[in-house]
Amino acid sequence: MVTNVTNFSRSGLSDWLVQQVSAVILALYALLMVGYFLFHPGLDYATWHGFFSQTWMRIFSLLAFIALAAHVWVGVWTVITDYIKPIGIRFAAQIVLILAIFVFLVWGVQILWGA
Amino acid sequence: MLQVSIYRYNPETDSAPYMQEFQVDTQGRDLMVLNVLELIKQQDSSMAYRRSCREGVCGSDGMNINGTNGLACVTPLSDVVKSNKLVLRPLPGLPVVRDLVVDMGIFYKQYERIQPYLQNDTTPPAIERLQSPEERDKLDGLYECILCACCSTACPSFWWNPDKFVGPAGLLQAYRFLADSRDTAARERLAELEDPFSVFRCRGIMNCVAVCPKGLNPTRAIGKIRELLLENAT
Repeated sequence: MVTNVTNFSRSGLSDWLVQQVSAVILALYALLMVGYFLFHPGLDYATWHGFFSQTWMRIFSLLAFIALAAHVWVGVWTVITDYIKPIGIRFAAQIVLILAIFVFLVWGVQILWGA
Repeated sequence: MLQVSIYRYNPETDSAPYMQEFQVDTQGRDLMVLNVLELIKQQDSSMAYRRSCREGVCGSDGMNINGTNGLACVTPLSDVVKSNKLVLRPLPGLPVVRDLVVDMGIFYKQYERIQPYLQNDTTPPAIERLQSPEERDKLDGLYECILCACCSTACPSFWWNPDKFVGPAGLLQAYRFLADSRDTAARERLAELEDPFSVFRCRGIMNCVAVCPKGLNPTRAIGKIRELLLENAT
């Protein structure tokens, strides 16, 4: 058993499961967005705003943001532990990663639910 | 004449590794790579490599042959040589002891970690623990591993974290005991493997499957371990 404190869930199994499930959510969200753009060629702000004002779209978007946050945490954490060996730089990179995810997630929620 | 380029390094006399060129007369025969090494040994007796059974059973002569890991004794020149050039290097990612001889200590340490022996806490029967033919069939494709390390040293996840990631060879053996109907330590074995490194550092690129000289499939075994972990935890 190898112990870890900076990965997403403390457990490799749970990290792996989160990454699989979040990948499916992100794939569906990406398909929806691509489809939406294809069916709205001359897209204006009002239509776009209206689309994101619907409750189901807000829920799905928030779900996708959270899925992206978890997915990035698991994935980039893996890359960092593969390629950055000095403990100080590695720890700093992990902290920057986690803070960046937090900031982007809160920012995303604000854009989605604010105004 | 076959052009052979071999990785040479003797830490006692060389400050850095270098590639040495040899010309080998194969007399038009399709030799095994190990035969070529033996011919080179006649030219330069200081050349060091491991070999024993010369028929793909002992797993001693794993090396990097024209960029792909394999056993020198069962790799014919016709399989690997393009444009008359053969390049031999030690298995990647392990410390070089000398020339083509690597220190396999960390590889064996990972093997040891998965407790590669049958564990059973029930009272032993008078003669032996029996298995049905179906139960025995589950071990096919697992027990044949000869621990040559071709797979683990072809795996980037093992290169970057050889102290934490068990590696394909060790995980194939871990599954060999998880799949054994006579073993009762599955829970303890799985508990040792559920962290983010031991099993889950595998990204499924299947280098291990591509190089295994015995045609085994560690990626499939790793998938089965993941399934067992999931079954055990949901």
